[in-house]
Amino acid sequence: MGDMTRSHTNAVEVRGLVKHFGDTKAVDGVDLDVREGTVLGVLGPNGAGKTTLVRCLSTLLVPDAGTATVAGYDVVRQPRRLRRTIGLTGQYASVDEKLSGWENLYMIGRLLDLSRKDARRRADEMLERFSLTEAAKRPAMNYSGGMRRRLDLAASMIGQPAVLYLDEPTTGLDPRTRNEVWDEVQRMVAEGATVLLTTQYMEEAEQLASELTVIDRGKVIAKGGVDELKAKVGGRTLKVRPTDPGQLPAMAAALRETGLDGVAGSTVVPDEGVLYVPILTDEQLTAVVGLLGARGFGIAHIGTHLPSLDEVFLAITGQKTADSELSDAITEEVAA
Amino acid sequence: MSTTTVTESPAGTRGPGPAAPRTSPVAEGRIGLRANVRHIGALARRNALQIKQDPESMFDAVLMPIIFILLFVYVFGGAIAGKGNNDAYVNYVTPGLMAMMGMNIAMAVGVGINDDFKKGVMDRFRTMPIARSSVLIAKIVVEVGRMLIATAILLGMGFLLGLEIHTSVLHLLAAIGLSMVFGASLMWIFILLGLTMKTAQAVQGVAMLVLMPLQFGSSIFAPPTSMPGWLETFTDYNPLSNLADAARNLINGGPVAHSVWMTLGWAALITVVTAPLAVAKFRRKT
Repeated sequence: MGDMTRSHTNAVEVRGLVKHFGDTKAVDGVDLDVREGTVLGVLGPNGAGKTTLVRCLSTLLVPDAGTATVAGYDVVRQPRRLRRTIGLTGQYASVDEKLSGWENLYMIGRLLDLSRKDARRRADEMLERFSLTEAAKRPAMNYSGGMRRRLDLAASMIGQPAVLYLDEPTTGLDPRTRNEVWDEVQRMVAEGATVLLTTQYMEEAEQLASELTVIDRGKVIAKGGVDELKAKVGGRTLKVRPTDPGQLPAMAAALRETGLDGVAGSTVVPDEGVLYVPILTDEQLTAVVGLLGARGFGIAHIGTHLPSLDEVFLAITGQKTADSELSDAITEEVAA
Repeated sequence: MSTTTVTESPAGTRGPGPAAPRTSPVAEGRIGLRANVRHIGALARRNALQIKQDPESMFDAVLMPIIFILLFVYVFGGAIAGKGNNDAYVNYVTPGLMAMMGMNIAMAVGVGINDDFKKGVMDRFRTMPIARSSVLIAKIVVEVGRMLIATAILLGMGFLLGLEIHTSVLHLLAAIGLSMVFGASLMWIFILLGLTMKTAQAVQGVAMLVLMPLQFGSSIFAPPTSMPGWLETFTDYNPLSNLADAARNLINGGPVAHSVWMTLGWAALITVVTAPLAVAKFRRKT
């Protein structure tokens, strides 16, 4: 992507953004771009600076250094115009709990200068769209977590913002509710929204985002397409638990002998009694499983999973996230 | 919805649905007066609906005037005005209590505002194209409404206990209006306090410290002529005394010019100093 096209197609451009709180550098020189009509996932652990970044980009915080433009407006110099182009849904629902769903949406419509009639119609439409019509008259405090999050999304969408920030939109939600929120986000994107999504979950980033920026301790540590990053971190991992944990080294050795792609990166975790094998292709997966069966290893449990945030960090930086350094079990590389 | 105006985002609007909400293109994205009034209206509606949802929050406005007037007329009235003169004391203390209602309701604003402004919905307001002062002004509009209810109940009780208007209904309305104006100015102080201090308890503590001397070192409950000279001088400049005197003379007849102007002067001074500070504080609060 050349610089010529960049200014036209980037809905969000951040350069060298810095925000300190006392001695803490919450955001420490972040660069990122979100192309118009795409979803950028900002992946990072707790305390990485994701929320501070979003608050800077939504005019809630004034950055200490660097520049950021959203829809062409500077966050510091043109905050009022910028606010006309953004919608924000945070980790904590930003709706009025004492008001009903309908009243919340009507209020937002009026604050966005819709006429009474339009605000009423828009509130009805959005409730319908987010499947909240039945709960329209109930106070939001009586909503379930998922309903509240949907109401929050609806409130952010009333003004049809050009850029939508979703700050950990599914943190604290159960899997079913999380899927509901994902569906809604995918729908918004299909309709052309530009989204900046922060998340702690690789799975969420993979589901929703086309590009990823990984941040840790306020700094960007990796960026690229979701596929590029997945290639880097190895995508799926096969987890095998043998019936006899004593067979773990033998299993790992048997795999390495085959010389199959990726098996050299196999990892034994004695504490968990499992073997992790990076999976690159479906064929390789089939070959690995076939081999283990053919060699007669007893298998108690087998499954594939996407890399966790820790594994992504491990692959990118060679270190675990600050969060998990102390608590994690020691992982032993298979002897090389 | 695809017209290009000054306020339109370069990225354009999108999606189906009605025309995207846009005000008339105003230079620098500033919010026009009409839009501002509309925003205040929408936010005041929010505050009023909160009261509807939580009727207990009206207890103070409803019960305080009843309890105070009964307490002062029957418990202290005899002692202050002489036994058997409780009726006469009604006409003395009711206008004074009008001043006190404003003070107490204003204090409640400061205590509640901290919790209100910690809520996520405030983040939403702060990321919307509205003047940030409108959030505070809407709060004051609704609180003045609460104050009006408290005053109506106070006057109703007063009439039951023998309050007589010696002037005219217009004078009475002027007294009510004056206490509303002064009460609204006090709310800015308490909003500022509420936004500055960390907890509601701290706000309440400071408020009580300031309130007690102001309330009792005034002409609200007893004529200052019965007080020592230095205290009498203090009451002369105490805005609560000024308001109580103004309301009293508007209702009972008597010279009003000095006390009315003093009250309006205080209200203007307080508002001019504390309102911009409160708005600035609110703007910075994250």
